[in-house]
Amino acid sequence: MPGAIHAEGLVKTFGDVRALDGVDIDVPEGSVLGLLGPNGAGKTTAVRVLTTLLQPDSGHAEVAGVNVLTHPNEVRRLIGLSGQFAAVDDLLTGRENLQMVGQLYQLSSRDAKRRAKELLERFNLAEAADRTAKTYSGGMRRRLDLAAALVISPPVMFMDEPTTGLDPVNRLQLWDVIRELVAGGTTLLLTTQYLEEADHLADTIAVVDRGKVIARGTSDQLKTQTGGDVVEVVVHDRERIDEAEEVLRRLGDGDPTLVAHTRKLSVPAAGGAKLLAEVIRELDGRGIEIDDIGLRRPTLDDVFVSLTGHAVEEEAAGGAGTPADAVTEDAAAEDAAAEKESDQ
Amino acid sequence: MSISVNGQATRPAARPGDERISLGQGIRDSLVVTRRNLLRMLRIPEVVVFGLIQPIMFVVLFSYVFGGSITLPGAGNDPDAYRAFLMGGIFAQTVTFATAGSSAGIAEDMQKGIIDRFRSLPMARGAVLTGRTFADLVQTAAILLVLALVALAVGWRIHDGLPKALAAFGILLLFGYAFTWIGALIGLSVRSPEAATSGGLVWLFPLTFVSNAFVPSENMPGWLQPVAEWNPFSATVLAVRDLFGNLPPNSPTPDAWPMQHPVLASLIWSAVIIAVFRTLAVRKYKRATA
Repeated sequence: MPGAIHAEGLVKTFGDVRALDGVDIDVPEGSVLGLLGPNGAGKTTAVRVLTTLLQPDSGHAEVAGVNVLTHPNEVRRLIGLSGQFAAVDDLLTGRENLQMVGQLYQLSSRDAKRRAKELLERFNLAEAADRTAKTYSGGMRRRLDLAAALVISPPVMFMDEPTTGLDPVNRLQLWDVIRELVAGGTTLLLTTQYLEEADHLADTIAVVDRGKVIARGTSDQLKTQTGGDVVEVVVHDRERIDEAEEVLRRLGDGDPTLVAHTRKLSVPAAGGAKLLAEVIRELDGRGIEIDDIGLRRPTLDDVFVSLTGHAVEEEAAGGAGTPADAVTEDAAAEDAAAEKESDQ
Repeated sequence: MSISVNGQATRPAARPGDERISLGQGIRDSLVVTRRNLLRMLRIPEVVVFGLIQPIMFVVLFSYVFGGSITLPGAGNDPDAYRAFLMGGIFAQTVTFATAGSSAGIAEDMQKGIIDRFRSLPMARGAVLTGRTFADLVQTAAILLVLALVALAVGWRIHDGLPKALAAFGILLLFGYAFTWIGALIGLSVRSPEAATSGGLVWLFPLTFVSNAFVPSENMPGWLQPVAEWNPFSATVLAVRDLFGNLPPNSPTPDAWPMQHPVLASLIWSAVIIAVFRTLAVRKYKRATA
């Protein structure tokens, strides 16, 4: 049975750019899919197609069993969308924003009012409810945007980089809200360029690069696919690094690698914790002082690098790599495409 | 944080296969958006204030600077007659300037994240535009009211009774409303609100000046007279002057059909402008959002 979000062979081009190059997505009801990839990978385009904002060139998409292309309006009654730019009206108060969204979701104005009040309390915005959104901090705006997406308690939610640009405290708060949401049975598709975020929130992860899904699975599966555990040692004395390296080569399950400036040695450790204990004993026996030692599971960073051959930030960057830069590029591509369309 | 996010499902029942949006819902959605835009206008009252300053400035400048030097057929150089004559032109020009507001407002919406919010909601597609034009209509009515009070203060009077005067205001509002749909199309066609503001205004100057608004078309060069007389703007100005009783008693009426039937001509022009530009704007909005 197809999941609550189901897409096959989505293709979307903007001019020469293939933003989506045959994307398949399936999110079983009540689960969370993390769409992970750098800026410009096609994550936002995928979300825009699935939320009826963008018509794909080809492919098929269903949300809660409803065909997105033929029944967009019905889909809109079933989804909530929270984007990377808080889609709220700056000149309206938090309360007015939520009431308006409620009414446009076709709630009666009484229900819209009641629901707005509930959500403002739920998202710690009650005190700021009657101030214009212009006066809100970044975190507050993001919470208001998320609240707007939840006005009808939609069975299917889309969040496009919900925490991009948020400080750590606000990010953690938002994660809590998302977890609670999912615990209540909502199906969620979440895009992120933060590996940690996908790791924490998603049941399954689809790694997207250049318009294609290049890997999918649980976070553990992806990590295992990349390789097993690693023992990491930071040696105190620079002079004894060579000796420590010899020890690791002998005990470990592969060649150690050295990051010279941090004095950190790593070696693959199929034996896991057992190897860790051996290494500690041996180094201690030789009197090699260590600053730090640990067994590390590969991170999604490692996964991403091994899958794509480049780091997550690399493509986004071109230097500074601020989200805004890449977004401008995205928007420029869409603009160019829109222009082409209107020329015809 | 006690209330569950999912608590008390307020979810409206999905009606399978129900893709069409009823007229009732379209109107309701439009009014929700209208309310939103009116709230926005109240939060930046400068815009309304500037919208008022310009016509008031025109009233003062034209009546005192040009007043004595413009000859009205049938009334000569009488400044009082010119002031009465002028008001119809100022009223009509003022309502058409609402175009700039709607084009800037829509361009701004299209540029911001809020448009994605609207587009992801199960609302009538045209409501974002219709709501904006309704709000502009309310603003225009308010500006018109203040302007009429200023005009009364400088000596302008209604001569043919209240019902006809109300009809004149009705014609003005309809004409202004029609122009906000031109503004909507401009707002959807440009890339920035700044471009929309100037793009919404530049063509209004020739349109309103090559007309009978400030100078009788009889005073223009012969080749320009038909242009002025068939200008939709002129029909509205003449209709309003006629209904207010602001025409000099012996003023001749040009032979062009719209000048012979100004009220009817103004209504037809307004209807045609709404029909054409609303269709184009809604289509462009859907395309831009497809």
